[in-house]
Amino acid sequence: MSALRALVLAGVLVLAVVLQVAVFSLLSVDGVVPNLALIVVVAAALVRGPEFAAVLGFVGGLAIDLAPPADHVVGRWALALVVVGYLAGRVRHDAGTSAVAAVVTVAACSFVGTSLFALSGMLLHDPSIPVGEALQVIPVSVLYDVLVTPFVLPVLLRLFRRLEPHQVAY
Amino acid sequence: MPPTSPGRRPNRAVPVLLLLACLTLITLDARGGSSSPLDPVRSAAGDLFGPVESTTAAAVRPFAAVPEHFRTTNQLRGDVARLEAENSRLTSRLAGTALSRNRAAELDGMLAGSRSTGYALVPARVVAMGPAQSFSRTVTIDAGTTSGVRPDLTVLNNDGLVGRVLRADRSTATVLLLADQESVVGGRLGSSMEIGFLRGRGQVGSNARLDLDLVDASASVAKGDSLVTWGSRNGAPYVAGIPIGRVAAVYSSPRQQSMRAVITPYVDFTSLDLVGVVVDKGTTSDRTVITAEGAN
Repeated sequence: MSALRALVLAGVLVLAVVLQVAVFSLLSVDGVVPNLALIVVVAAALVRGPEFAAVLGFVGGLAIDLAPPADHVVGRWALALVVVGYLAGRVRHDAGTSAVAAVVTVAACSFVGTSLFALSGMLLHDPSIPVGEALQVIPVSVLYDVLVTPFVLPVLLRLFRRLEPHQVAY
Repeated sequence: MPPTSPGRRPNRAVPVLLLLACLTLITLDARGGSSSPLDPVRSAAGDLFGPVESTTAAAVRPFAAVPEHFRTTNQLRGDVARLEAENSRLTSRLAGTALSRNRAAELDGMLAGSRSTGYALVPARVVAMGPAQSFSRTVTIDAGTTSGVRPDLTVLNNDGLVGRVLRADRSTATVLLLADQESVVGGRLGSSMEIGFLRGRGQVGSNARLDLDLVDASASVAKGDSLVTWGSRNGAPYVAGIPIGRVAAVYSSPRQQSMRAVITPYVDFTSLDLVGVVVDKGTTSDRTVITAEGAN
């Protein structure tokens, strides 16, 4: 049963990464596409908490780092999404209840994730990102993530609730 | 993993361990230089994700033509009076059979390009584009080592130079676009034969521009001059004589004793579809290689 769960989770992450590079590239705004893997991690954090989301963030980030058009140093998106998963998991008790709080969480996570990725790029000079470009890309990516959240997040939340192992009350 | 109950302090060990794992990966990959210890992992992931991306792109391709209609119409609306030729092409696009006709025209253009330059081309389609959030301008094409594609080959389409192959997996390859900030191409001005180095700005889309630093600061450059590739030794990574773009503006700075020109590329990087990879004449490929003598 838990192997099946892991398989479904891996499938969701692969689907998110592939949609992001192969389908949403047709709908990109100046090259910016919604970061679906990040939304998956946030959804996991809202349902299952920080540790689970951090693990999922690590795997999802590695998938973005390794899937073909990527050319940056491996581990940079993994780092950003581990932090995002952990942070989103810490605020989940407030954000799990209302839709507005969930959207705000996605926006904050998108900002933190993309900024962390840009910062790690600046530190490593991989590529040497000018601050101006980062400041242009980050707001657009936050907006785009918020825009797709109402369509994607409810489905993901329901999926993660279904996947949650039945637990005994403490 | 036990779920954390509300009010209980979460276990910090897991995120910290994962962060350390990320830092280890980054160090391994960044310190490795040209041959990273993670290359086998990358190529395995390429073999896994590549076919999935190709299939997905093939499935959504029919729908891709729909926004293309509106985008092109909008873009050309202002230019219609000035560009009668463009206008007729636009009407023919609106007429309906848009996509396949464009494809045929692109293929025709590439065949003609191959005739005039004498290069052999492996045709390929762009199946995935790297997001701008990753700050590198790369695309995936659906031809890999089985089609004769290797790293450091020139990629072009019927408009001009697109970029070069960074990495080739079995069925897909990653292409670094001209517009990427890490991309440097040797360019030669068509009118004065002056040479210079062309760098990307990281922008794609209709405002994509490239910067040309000319070697000779006293060279005369006129607006509208066309720029072609200068060519490298043995044609890797760039073969000679491929059109890149035209000069949009010229700046000279006496202090730095250099001349800088801004180039508008001929290629539209956001609507890349059919591209050709320049290969050696005798390359064995699982698909038809376009050569000057026709397809074989």
